[in-house]
Amino acid sequence: MSEQKKTSVHEPLFHLAKRTNVNPLRATLIRIAAIVLGLVVCGLVAFLLIEKLNQNPGKIGDFYNCFIKGSFSTERKLWKFLKNMAVLQCISLAVTPAFRMRFWNIGAEGQTLMGVLGAITMAFYFGGKVPEWQLLIMMFIAALIYGAVWAVIPALFKAKWNTNETLFTLMMNYVATYVVSYFLVIWVPSGSSTLGKLKYGKLPPLPFGNQYLLIILIVLVLTVLLYVYLKYTQQGYEISVVGESVRTAQYSGINVQKVIIRTMVVSGLLCGVAGYLIGSGLDQSVTTESVGGQGFTAIIVSWLANFNPIMMIVTSGLISFLNSGAAQISQDFNVSGALPDVIVGIILFFIIGCEFFINYKFVFRKSAGKEAAK
Amino acid sequence: MNVWLNFLIESLAFGAVFMYGSTGEILTEKAGHLNLGIPGIMCMGGAGGCLVLNLIGPLNLPPFLVIILGMAGALAMSMLMGLIYSFLTVTLRANQNVTGLALTTFGVGLMKVIFSKLDPTVYLVGPKKIFRWPFAGRTDALQYLGVLFFVGVAIAIIASWVLFRTKVGLRLRAVGENPGTADAVGINVTKYKYLATCIGSGISGLGGFYCIIDYMASQEAYLSLEAFGWLSIALVIFALWRPHMTIIGSTVFGFLFSCSSYIANIEGITVTMAAKPLLKMLPYLVTILVLIVTSIRNKRENQPPASLGLAYFREER
Repeated sequence: MSEQKKTSVHEPLFHLAKRTNVNPLRATLIRIAAIVLGLVVCGLVAFLLIEKLNQNPGKIGDFYNCFIKGSFSTERKLWKFLKNMAVLQCISLAVTPAFRMRFWNIGAEGQTLMGVLGAITMAFYFGGKVPEWQLLIMMFIAALIYGAVWAVIPALFKAKWNTNETLFTLMMNYVATYVVSYFLVIWVPSGSSTLGKLKYGKLPPLPFGNQYLLIILIVLVLTVLLYVYLKYTQQGYEISVVGESVRTAQYSGINVQKVIIRTMVVSGLLCGVAGYLIGSGLDQSVTTESVGGQGFTAIIVSWLANFNPIMMIVTSGLISFLNSGAAQISQDFNVSGALPDVIVGIILFFIIGCEFFINYKFVFRKSAGKEAAK
Repeated sequence: MNVWLNFLIESLAFGAVFMYGSTGEILTEKAGHLNLGIPGIMCMGGAGGCLVLNLIGPLNLPPFLVIILGMAGALAMSMLMGLIYSFLTVTLRANQNVTGLALTTFGVGLMKVIFSKLDPTVYLVGPKKIFRWPFAGRTDALQYLGVLFFVGVAIAIIASWVLFRTKVGLRLRAVGENPGTADAVGINVTKYKYLATCIGSGISGLGGFYCIIDYMASQEAYLSLEAFGWLSIALVIFALWRPHMTIIGSTVFGFLFSCSSYIANIEGITVTMAAKPLLKMLPYLVTILVLIVTSIRNKRENQPPASLGLAYFREER
């Protein structure tokens, strides 16, 4: 050892190594620690931003209480929380197949918006002219087609010319927004560009239970279906292979172009379903803000769950929980409605950062202990 | 003044918002990091600058000090955001898309909270005239060309010169193309990534500040900033990753974006209400077109940096 020290090779105090096997219990503990730490920092930031809290530090308990209150205090809030979670979950499911093949589709916002537009277009033109059940089917099919078309356009170019899909899908979001505002101008002659709630084409709630129950059940079924599709079918396997290595896929005879296009169609169809749920199930109308940024949040939800549909129930629940809790805070403490974004953003930083401590480990140099003793 | 010349100057002034944003994003992307947090960073830049102006407002400082302190506030706040992004993506090797999106959520939200507490009569009314020097008194479009516009053009040209004409730029591009090779020749990859991201964020943040205090100069300006941020990311593609090209590109974008409201004032052209959204769609469609054409032509110098979006870990093979 002493001879080694004489050589002038500088060995850093520690270096990083990738963990080969991740202990699930340890990973869960790290994630929980990160969320707790994030919540503490949120408390500090809220302390700085909210005057009411600043003047009366005793209210900090109320601050954290709001998180529980926002989602669980009344039955109505609980169902609303579950509904928000279901919609977010549905869009997150939609982005997942593409992400598993490392196709960075960040256009779920636009694809879902087109789904809403598709459904509402049918309701607008055919509402009252065809039987209601027929209208509902037409809306559903239109939503699927609109979503799939919007998703498949970037995929075609990616497959054929390797066009950067991240930037392409990002742009498609904005094109979708203006397509919607175009139709709103045409449909609403008064010039206000806000379409009132349509009378026809409402997805009827189940005869029992809450009005949102049907939506929640649909998303639950889709979650299981997607899980099976990704894990137990040949197509799902092909997606994973393409995601791991395009070359490996080519050598083993997988038609990569076909897989890319097919997977994006699946993604687009699921976005279409989400659009249908928003358009027909909830709003019966369309605005440029119908999806309200959930297409972007879904990317984070999907990534946090490691692209596993079942795990996404937890992560979409977490994000919805934080959102409604933070909304409760801005209501109770009378601060700007943008505060939820700040709180969710801070906690996301911690969750994103903690993945590092799950996947990497510090390897300290062996002589470090000896030197410290000196 | 001629309507068309007015229109051109206003497009230039409007485009400067994107020019700042995309010059910053180009520097970041050249280091191999796709920073989708730019909208949030621009928002926080605007918030930081206006926060400082709000604080120093009652002091009646000399004009040049107001300009410098305002810019410093914008720079500090947006570089802080850049630091969060680079710590997460460079040191902690987090997914860049996810980190960027979280940063945008956070930045846009925090900006709105900050602006709800600022007083427009303090941060906007007085400083607006100072920032619009030297054409503050004009009533035509020239009034929009304020101090920060010229600073922006200078930054874009300097950034291009540094990137393509100096050793530092060469190294930075090497980091973005292939960090493994750059590391092997002894370039400090982490340092370059941090610096490029933070300086890039600072430049983008100035764009947000410019938009609020100079170009739009209204108290509702901050609400439209996020959309301009996304458009700045689009402009990077349009400019083919060359900062000086953003000067031309941003003018075209400004032209396309504002023509829906401007074109109606020109005689002989009638714009229906329905055509407006279609006109506003143009910048995005043009960007998609550029993206497709460059990928089909597949010229090496027009491509995104090769390792864009990938985290670098030395021990990974």
